[in-house]
Amino acid sequence: MQLDQLYQEIILDHYKHPHGRGLRDAADPAARVGEAHHVNPTCGDEITVRVATDGKVFTDISYDGMGCSISQASASVLHELLRGRAADDVAVVHEAFVELMSGRGQVTPDEEVLGDGVAFAGVARYPARVKCALLSWMAFKDAAARAGVGVSPTEVEA
Amino acid sequence: MTTIAIPEGMPQYDDVPRFDVATVRADFPILDREINGHRLVYLDSANTSHKPRQVLDVLAEHYARHNANVSRSVHTLGTEATEAYEGARAKIAAFINAPSVDEVVFTKNSTEAINLVAYAFSNASPRADADPRFRLGPGDEIVISEMEHHSNIVPWQLLAERTGATLRWFPVTDHGRLDESGLDDLVTERTKIVSLVHTSNILGTVNATARITQRVREVGALLLLDCSQSVPHMPMDVVDYDADFIVFTGHKMCGPTGIGVLWGRAELLAAMPPVLGGGSMIETVTMARSTFAAPPARFEAGTPPIAEAVALGAAVDYLSGIGMRAIQWHEKELTAYALDALATVPGLRIFGPNVPVGRGGTISFALGDVHPHDVGQVLDSLGVQVRVGHHCAKPVCTRFGVPAMTRASFYLYTTTDEIDSLVAGLEQVRKVFG
Ligand SMILES: Cc1ncc(COP(=O)(O)O)c(C=O)c1O
Repeated sequence: MQLDQLYQEIILDHYKHPHGRGLRDAADPAARVGEAHHVNPTCGDEITVRVATDGKVFTDISYDGMGCSISQASASVLHELLRGRAADDVAVVHEAFVELMSGRGQVTPDEEVLGDGVAFAGVARYPARVKCALLSWMAFKDAAARAGVGVSPTEVEA
Repeated sequence: MTTIAIPEGMPQYDDVPRFDVATVRADFPILDREINGHRLVYLDSANTSHKPRQVLDVLAEHYARHNANVSRSVHTLGTEATEAYEGARAKIAAFINAPSVDEVVFTKNSTEAINLVAYAFSNASPRADADPRFRLGPGDEIVISEMEHHSNIVPWQLLAERTGATLRWFPVTDHGRLDESGLDDLVTERTKIVSLVHTSNILGTVNATARITQRVREVGALLLLDCSQSVPHMPMDVVDYDADFIVFTGHKMCGPTGIGVLWGRAELLAAMPPVLGGGSMIETVTMARSTFAAPPARFEAGTPPIAEAVALGAAVDYLSGIGMRAIQWHEKELTAYALDALATVPGLRIFGPNVPVGRGGTISFALGDVHPHDVGQVLDSLGVQVRVGHHCAKPVCTRFGVPAMTRASFYLYTTTDEIDSLVAGLEQVRKVFG
């Protein structure tokens, strides 16, 4: 059934048992902190993402929000995949996820890069839900930029 | 199911005009569609309604046979197009019992109709020679309610910003009714206009306006009723409602998109300055200045949506042929049935009146804490089309403490079987997210 492609077990699991949910202060008071709040105006889903970084590594990524299973599971996966990783790696994963979601179901995801994020491949076939999946990822990008770290490829080059 | 007991002496159940739903459904080609391998169950008519063949045919026929611009040619096609366009105006005037055909102004939709009134205020406000009823400034007040569609909020917020007037609003009760308890403090000598939704597109509430109208008259303000969700579903009589303006939108009443209506009292429309300038709205133009046509032309600058207006006329014929009382009663029965059926779904919470009285066939609800997006997606996989989100009425969601709601809405072609499909679909949602 089509629905199973959208609501993969992995997605439902992250939704029901989100990882790392709740905004946290940075453990290291010297860390650079950035925060961004994004809203999906069509459905009212909201997310706040906060990052802490030493300029090279994202030492913590925390978030809080409300929304549908896709947006909330996607934030949980983001936390899993990106926390504790170097900015260069993060840029690669971020780009891969955005590419997957913009691919209208034509992109084959690389599990090595995307981990549980591959479960979102089916979501890319539902244009109305792509924004839900990307909500936390776009908020993360803004939060990172506010902490002085670019994660989209162009910004990394710059 | 709830039987609606009607007191003796009142018209009884059997006296109510009826129609055959299966026959009506056969008029709507789209209802034959399959969605994701299931029969289409369209429960989103409050968003936009489907169009019967009778309307689609008129739309196609207009372009195929009578296409020309209106009000500016002497040739045969131009005359036919003008007659069809003005004929549609007359049909719509009769449909809402407007005292004069010239009181019907065609707009793009309800949103544009409300903005038209708001901008007329705006344009009148700085002019000493304008009608004082349309002049706004600091100290003046505009009154709306917490249950408005965004299109009856934002234009007034912008108008208040432009003129320095103050925006105030009626609150909503826990049952989803308009809270009129503060009426006399809210609507006062400072009030210039009260603009209220007649039937809420999110709570389904049909507002009783008599007390408000009386108060509006007492203080000498104007009353606009947003009838976007009323005109498609019940008989509308602007004289009986004693409003100053009503607005509605063609696509929710079996008509095409791109056509809506502002009805206004002739005397008020005549006192309003123009809003959009251009062709067809003038009396005479010199390089230095222009004078303006009488309403409704004054408010219809440029080439109007001609075919859409003509097709809206056909929609009005179609609805009148079935009978608005019959449609209203059909939806009342569906609503009673749906409220009972939804009450059987564990964890389901209805927002708005939970009795089929003073409400229309639009029911918003929450299913446990499953997000409406997810509810809508699972229902869609079963062919059931509902709307999810804030329904362009975010303050209502905030009022009830939720970011979004799921909404099922009915129309003349809706059946109780379709409501059963909704209820069965909600069981499926509970399974996936339980
Ligand atoms: C109560 C109400 N007012 C206004 C509107 C706006 O209608 P439109 O988008 O056609 O201008 C709608 C429809 O969405 C509505 O339900």
